Amino acid sequence: MKKREFKPLSVLYACLAYTFLYLPIIVVIVFSFNTSKRNITFEGFTFEWYAEMLENEQLMQSFYNTLIVAFVSTAISVFIGTLCAVGLHRFEFKLKQLISDSLYIPIVIPELVMGIGLLVFFSSINVETSIYTLIISHVTFSMPFVVITVRSRIAGFDKSIEEAARDLGANELSTFMRVTLPMIAPGVVSGGMLALTLSLDDVVVSYFTAGPDSTTLPLKILGMVKKGVSPDVNALSTLMIVGTIAVMVFSQLIQRKMEKKNG
Amino acid sequence: MRKKLSNKLVQTVMIGPTVLWLLAFLLAPLIIVVGISFLTKNAHGGVNMPITLEAYKSMANLDYLMIFARSMWLAAETTILCLVFGYPLAAIIARSSKNVKPILVLMVMLPFWINSMIRLYGWMTMLRTEGIINTILLGIGIIDEPLAMLYTDGAVVLGMVYELLPFAVLPLYTSIEKIDPSLLEAACDLGAARRRSFMRVTLPLTMPGIFAGSIQTFIPALGLFYVSDMLGGGSSMYLGNLIKNQFLSARNWPLGAALSLLLIVITIVLMRLYTRVGKLDDIV
Amino acid sequence: MKKYSDIKGDTPVKDNIVVRLTDVDKNYGDNRIVKKISLDVSEGEFLTLLGPSGCGKTTTLRMIAGFETVTAGTILLHGEDVKDKKPNERDVNTVFQNYALFPHMNVRDNISFGLVEKKTPKAEIKKRVSEMLKLVRLEGMERRMPSQLSGGQKQRVAIARALVNRPSVLLLDEPLGALDLKLRKQMQSELKHLQQRLGITFIYVTHDQEEALTMSDRIAVMNDGVIEQIGTPREVYDTPKTKFVADFIGESNIIEGYSQNSGDGLMDIIFESGKAVVNGKGIDIDEMLYICIRPENLRITREPVPGFSIKGRVKEHVFVGSSTKTIIELVNGQELKAARTPDAELFNIGERVNVSWLPERAVVLHTKEDKLYDVIENNSASEMFKSFMREDGGNA
Repeated sequence: MKKREFKPLSVLYACLAYTFLYLPIIVVIVFSFNTSKRNITFEGFTFEWYAEMLENEQLMQSFYNTLIVAFVSTAISVFIGTLCAVGLHRFEFKLKQLISDSLYIPIVIPELVMGIGLLVFFSSINVETSIYTLIISHVTFSMPFVVITVRSRIAGFDKSIEEAARDLGANELSTFMRVTLPMIAPGVVSGGMLALTLSLDDVVVSYFTAGPDSTTLPLKILGMVKKGVSPDVNALSTLMIVGTIAVMVFSQLIQRKMEKKNG
Repeated sequence: MRKKLSNKLVQTVMIGPTVLWLLAFLLAPLIIVVGISFLTKNAHGGVNMPITLEAYKSMANLDYLMIFARSMWLAAETTILCLVFGYPLAAIIARSSKNVKPILVLMVMLPFWINSMIRLYGWMTMLRTEGIINTILLGIGIIDEPLAMLYTDGAVVLGMVYELLPFAVLPLYTSIEKIDPSLLEAACDLGAARRRSFMRVTLPLTMPGIFAGSIQTFIPALGLFYVSDMLGGGSSMYLGNLIKNQFLSARNWPLGAALSLLLIVITIVLMRLYTRVGKLDDIV
Repeated sequence: MKKYSDIKGDTPVKDNIVVRLTDVDKNYGDNRIVKKISLDVSEGEFLTLLGPSGCGKTTTLRMIAGFETVTAGTILLHGEDVKDKKPNERDVNTVFQNYALFPHMNVRDNISFGLVEKKTPKAEIKKRVSEMLKLVRLEGMERRMPSQLSGGQKQRVAIARALVNRPSVLLLDEPLGALDLKLRKQMQSELKHLQQRLGITFIYVTHDQEEALTMSDRIAVMNDGVIEQIGTPREVYDTPKTKFVADFIGESNIIEGYSQNSGDGLMDIIFESGKAVVNGKGIDIDEMLYICIRPENLRITREPVPGFSIKGRVKEHVFVGSSTKTIIELVNGQELKAARTPDAELFNIGERVNVSWLPERAVVLHTKEDKLYDVIENNSASEMFKSFMREDGGNA
């Protein structure tokens, strides 16, 4: 094959593409260390903005909100989503197909519509938007991903493995804890990671369902850009970028290890 | 009997929460949106009886039609650009060696994990009149005065492509990877030149990926209001912003609800078109 | 060690029945998978459920294990009705078709799974697991994961995992199906020895008749949800009771005909391509029946032999390793298979030969079908017979 002759071109293209993807991220990080208050030119290196970030109560509050919403909504999604996935795998019943199909609705409908739906829903039942409505909304869009990820993991294995556990004297609970759960663990972890990132990344749904005291960091940034952003936002963003990347890389490593072990 | 009963109970405990959740927080809101679109707006920004088709009638307004057309055009433009730039990248990743492939895939997904606001904010920093791109261009003397890049329609397209590129690359990558390389070799053996073998073998075989990629970029592109808010500065109105404004600033809920339903209808039509060609699971 | 060769199929030792199925039915909707099965399995017995796929044998096994409910009838384990007992409450263990090892546990944890469930003391677990490992010859493999084992090793772990619980009955669902031929043969004899040494009752499901014949004390041949015959391997092989059994176990030549008395306690069987002689015991005159003759009992001769001979033509020789199979075509086109020892004379293809057998070698199967007149009509067409011979002569 004549592959070799167009290889340098491929490498160049890939480099440009990845530069395009990473440039804005790098810019955010670089300017978090910039002495100039205006994000225009790099004038000198400083940690000043990181200190200032810690002082900025509103900013820190939005950061905590982001984390709380992400972790709580992920926990709920993983819990009820995993139960549902296992239940759909184990039982046969009339509405099964309907339920599995409707799990795709939150995934395919535009986020904007979901956000608006939840906004009018909460206001029609006279519930003030708050951190709770925010968590509920995040569970609504992330839980189907957990169900689908876990189901695709379960679909791969032999039903007789669970039967073997029952046969060897394990009751239903014990079978679930000792056999089913360890086997679907990689699926649960990746479903959870997906839920976590979806929550951390969400702007649209949060925009409609967050209360005045429960602004998340992305909403905060969106609100600030028009007025001009001070570099402490860069600093916090940098921390979030580093944190996200660390969690993701770590979870990929765990998953690969678990999958290897499970064969 | 006892066994059957406990089975039903376990089943309910396992599946019930999800079903209830979807009924309460997905189905009920959607029904309310449908309901609101047929009501009359009141002075306080809420809705009242009587039932009316006013909201739907007011959609047939030239301004709104312009916005609708502009949004469709932006989504189409974004989709095409994502496919055109994403395809070579997907192909390069699919053909790369075993060791680097997972890293390259991970690197496409990584930015997607980082909050879009942060990344768009990075673009704002670069595109500004006094931003680094202008500074560099001025510095090497290509331009004499700074280009106006931020708050233009071009910046919006750029932001959209940037946001949605991974959604196009990943399905493309999956479908290109599935192609047996021996098929291409066979095409070459049969005397097809590389360009022809691409047109006659690779492209048709990756149609499912192209289709999935288009759907996955086109649908979100219709609703991403914050990209035009940030990079377009709200200068031109799109469907997403229009809907958002009906609920938050203009306070015309029936119109907003009707427009939302329009968005859903477009989505459903596209999805049905897609499920004719591919499987629903490929999208996720 | 017990000998079961003295157990007759219809009269199992009644005193120590471990598993008893009485009129067991299993329906899936309108689909009757198992129809009124009754079966007794004695302590220490190796019983095989043999039949083609879809005959209900695996379903029967799964009902004993507790994975499937019984639609009608009862299953007794040690005389106790187990209808309301879940699989984990039954004193039986299963070896699954695809081993079903726990992929996230190493060999030791797989084997000790059942003991841990029963809260057996640690020292006891350790002792019994190492005993089991020794028994199945897997010492030193405790820490391996299932993915690191070969098919045969996985199989041994699956067996050890079940046996370590000292079940009163071990259920095996085509346990050797996934292994290659050589390994399968080896595992067959290992399993048989293991069963004899431990004296545990085995109920073994397979579709492989050879496997069933080699290993079992008794075989229950199943077809379409019913047990067609139950007996020792010799019994089901030598004296099949139904056409299905004769056909399914080993190779058989089955000829359809009707009976006519020929004196001396013998019966003539008239069929489309001629006449044969069988033992007349229990046969009525003018009864429609099948004769079943094993290929190894067919004699081929050039000249007619005293008694009876059926005319035929050598069609083909098939070399099958230990012997050669000769296919003989009869007048009506039916083919008979004859097994020939390596040193037996091979006839030429197309040669006219005489086929016969010793009357006591043929097994007569009674049938309810009434096709008597068809046979007579066809047989009376002796023109056909003549033309066959003429045509043949032309060729020679």
